[in-house]
Amino acid sequence: MIKSDRVTTTTCPYCGVGCTLQLHVKDDFIYKVTSPFDSPVNHGNLCVKGRFGYDFVYHPKRVTTPLVRRYLLEGKPKPEGREQVFAVSVDGKPIPDSQISNDWDWLETDWDTALNFVADNLTRIYKRDGSDAMAVYCCAKATNEDNYLLQKMYRALFRTNNVDHCTRLCHAGSVVALQQATGSSAMSNTASQVVMNDVFIVTGSNTSENHPIIALQMKEAVQKHGAKMIVIDPRRIDLVDMAEMWLPLKPGTNVPVFTAMAYVIVEENLVNHDFINDRTEGYTEFLSSLETFTPEYAEEISGVPAEDIRKAARLYANAKNAAIYWGMGISQLSHGTASALALINLAFLTGHIGRDGTGLNPLRGQNNVQGASDMGSMPFHYPGYMRVDNPENRAKWEKAWNIEEGGLSLKLGLTTTEILSHAHEGGIRSLYIMGENPMMSEPNLNETRKHMQHLEFLVAQDIFINESGAFADVFLPATPFAEKDGTFSNTDRRVQRVRAAQPPRGQSRPDWQILCDLALRLESRLGLATAHWTYSNPEEILREMASVNSDYAGITYDRIDKVGLIYPVPTLDHPGTPTLFKESFPRGKGKFHQLEYVPVMEEPNDEYPFILTTGRLLEHWHGGTMTRNSALNEIYPEARVEIHPADAEIHGIRNGDPVKVQSRRGEIIVRATVTEKTSVGVVFLPWHFAEAAANLLTNDALDPQAKIPEFKACAVQVFPARENDLPNPEIDVHRGRY
Amino acid sequence: MTETITLTIDGQEVTTEAGKTILEVAREMGKDVPTICYHEATTSNAVCRLCVVEVEGQRVLQPGCIVKAGAGMKVQTRSERVTRSRRTILEMLSSTMDLSEAGDIQSMMYDYGASSSRFPDAQRRESDVKDDNPMYIRDYSKCLLCWRCVQVCAEDAQYTFAINFEGRGFETQIATFFDKPIPETTCVMCGQCVGVCPTGALKPKREFLLESGKSPAEISVMNTGKKQRKPR
Repeated sequence: MIKSDRVTTTTCPYCGVGCTLQLHVKDDFIYKVTSPFDSPVNHGNLCVKGRFGYDFVYHPKRVTTPLVRRYLLEGKPKPEGREQVFAVSVDGKPIPDSQISNDWDWLETDWDTALNFVADNLTRIYKRDGSDAMAVYCCAKATNEDNYLLQKMYRALFRTNNVDHCTRLCHAGSVVALQQATGSSAMSNTASQVVMNDVFIVTGSNTSENHPIIALQMKEAVQKHGAKMIVIDPRRIDLVDMAEMWLPLKPGTNVPVFTAMAYVIVEENLVNHDFINDRTEGYTEFLSSLETFTPEYAEEISGVPAEDIRKAARLYANAKNAAIYWGMGISQLSHGTASALALINLAFLTGHIGRDGTGLNPLRGQNNVQGASDMGSMPFHYPGYMRVDNPENRAKWEKAWNIEEGGLSLKLGLTTTEILSHAHEGGIRSLYIMGENPMMSEPNLNETRKHMQHLEFLVAQDIFINESGAFADVFLPATPFAEKDGTFSNTDRRVQRVRAAQPPRGQSRPDWQILCDLALRLESRLGLATAHWTYSNPEEILREMASVNSDYAGITYDRIDKVGLIYPVPTLDHPGTPTLFKESFPRGKGKFHQLEYVPVMEEPNDEYPFILTTGRLLEHWHGGTMTRNSALNEIYPEARVEIHPADAEIHGIRNGDPVKVQSRRGEIIVRATVTEKTSVGVVFLPWHFAEAAANLLTNDALDPQAKIPEFKACAVQVFPARENDLPNPEIDVHRGRY
Repeated sequence: MTETITLTIDGQEVTTEAGKTILEVAREMGKDVPTICYHEATTSNAVCRLCVVEVEGQRVLQPGCIVKAGAGMKVQTRSERVTRSRRTILEMLSSTMDLSEAGDIQSMMYDYGASSSRFPDAQRRESDVKDDNPMYIRDYSKCLLCWRCVQVCAEDAQYTFAINFEGRGFETQIATFFDKPIPETTCVMCGQCVGVCPTGALKPKREFLLESGKSPAEISVMNTGKKQRKPR
């Protein structure tokens, strides 16, 4: 029996649920993870990633020494072409790749050298090309403190708002819609309130795989509290087993289905007139836009029987307490904002918002995507969602950061996808990536690759050299969650502590320390008055942010030592706000939005007859930087495309056969899983696997307001392929319970 | 207003809310009622019988974890009969299974003067360690069939139903359907079962490897995401 040296309580680094973890450590080695049964979010339950998926911390491929390219270290001119170089051998000597110029070799160096190269090059580019040449990706996996510092660095030192992170690729549509309609941009209620629902809708979310602990609570609501669950999703996801109804809509037809539900609610007078009169505006105009959205019209477009739409509408409207939980099936579309607005309209019509057990609940993906957004890691907002184009907001942050009046930029920045598409002469010249992996997570990766190659200077701050870091000029080794202190804000706005269980491995350093060190070097090169970069601990960073962002004003590390606080926490004695909008919406009245049906950008045709929809798996996490360097990869080692038996038969595809999936933008070879989990005409691919990256195929069409790409629908063809065409023909592990 | 009841536990009168179990009331009074299968996060099933108490007027000892405290009840939590019963249960457990990692049970044996050699001829329930997945191992020599793992895999938490009892009587074991290896079952490897196991029968693979003498460095290169091969 092992006796632990210490047990560190912290917060899970995977999804937005924010489970409490206890890391059991022996000789600076985590050998076990448990969770206390009184933990507020997860009640002691964990999923495979949280309980077993921490071993990436010790993976031999983890980089713990600063790396720079040979050309930099040897003072040579930058070689032509930017190549992906992953290999750094365990003893630190570069592995030569005969195809690639030696000048791109990764050489180990010390922090001073690496940070000076970064500071020199960023300063050089900024002095030459100005603010518009600079851009940064913050990180939804890093802490609030890390994100606050990085956006501060770019805003305060380079005077640019080209600051974004992967929220753009997941819930940007939901955030924009919620802000337009309510003035807020987070879940209105907590996930644990699901047991208080009488009826709830789960749509565009494969909750069992992507928010496993919330799925347990949903199942509990159904099984033990008599709630009725309505699943509206193109895939027959695990939750369908316990659902009252399943409405399998065609990908990208959310607006007609949900607006037809609104039509039924109005037609049958199931509306909550008091709520509409007291709390909303724009109802009359909204009514006039409903006319075309009959359930029959929606059936024609979405394939969901009109009668089911009626039944679902009645269930939702007639419930005492009803809530909507949604995921990326709503937001990752070229009309993602409209899809989310369609859901918001439903809540306004019925008044299922502003009470416990109701609400509009976008389930946020990453452990700290809510927090990173709160911290202003976005091109339009300072921390606290304060618009950057508002001079009053600017003045507040200028004061906080010791910046001359009018020094900060009022110009809206570029979004994640735009930053890369502007990577050319006269556009973005340098990019700083903290912990993200655009070379996996952006749509249309063949295009993304070209953009990455067009950058003049790229910094990666990460724990592994991932598909994006492989293009970098300098690699700064940061520490993972287990080696740093800070806070994460989970999907239901609960700000929780992250604690180091062990010292940083090798020379790696916590992100906040790297950023402060770099910022000081930049400041001296730029000759700026200091914006304050000397913090003795992460709490000082949080307090600086909270001094301007009132949502976090009442949060101190002391108060969240045992149990997190749910913001808004405006004062030091405020207990937190689990349910939003009880009295009013931040924008005053909730605003109905008139919607029209816009089809997905790329509809199937004879040449590309299938709709490809992408998503995630229980065993993996996003771009795979963590989970593919973990034992998790042993239980789910390869991507497989899901195809319906009827489609498979027509194309002569059997379960396990290799197939080529091709879109207008790219192709990949994977094995097929023939399953009724997907619908006829729809194929599904997980996007975690670099060797068969689903995002080579996806469409980079953007939602006009939220700028979120259309990951959830593009047209593809599926052909039989040969075993030897597979990236790893020896693997054939069909797994995954869901 | 919640209904309150009054009962007597070990001669002390106590007034409490109706609906609680005897175990809950006794523990609130600071009584030391030992339990093994009981867990705050699972449904109580009175499997281990260690929490039995003597209730006046009842023919047999009553399991405190499921019997509700009733008005006027007279309860003994540590009478001679109760103590003998608990001691015998502990002695039978220790004669048939490996309690080496069940620290709580070992201290109970000390408290109750239970001797692990009382039943020297008892047949031990021994089986090989099942090491069939990269996440956790199952060592049923250490399993006392408390049922918690089955419960959290089912309605108490996960709704996955990957494991259940298999066999009858002495042969009873926790097993997957048809005793298939974990990766071939409905198991999602959440490890809720590992989290509630009281005896170390279920254990994270990395803890198991560390115990078996592997160094952290050796373990770290074992799980490097190498691919499993499976013949088609």
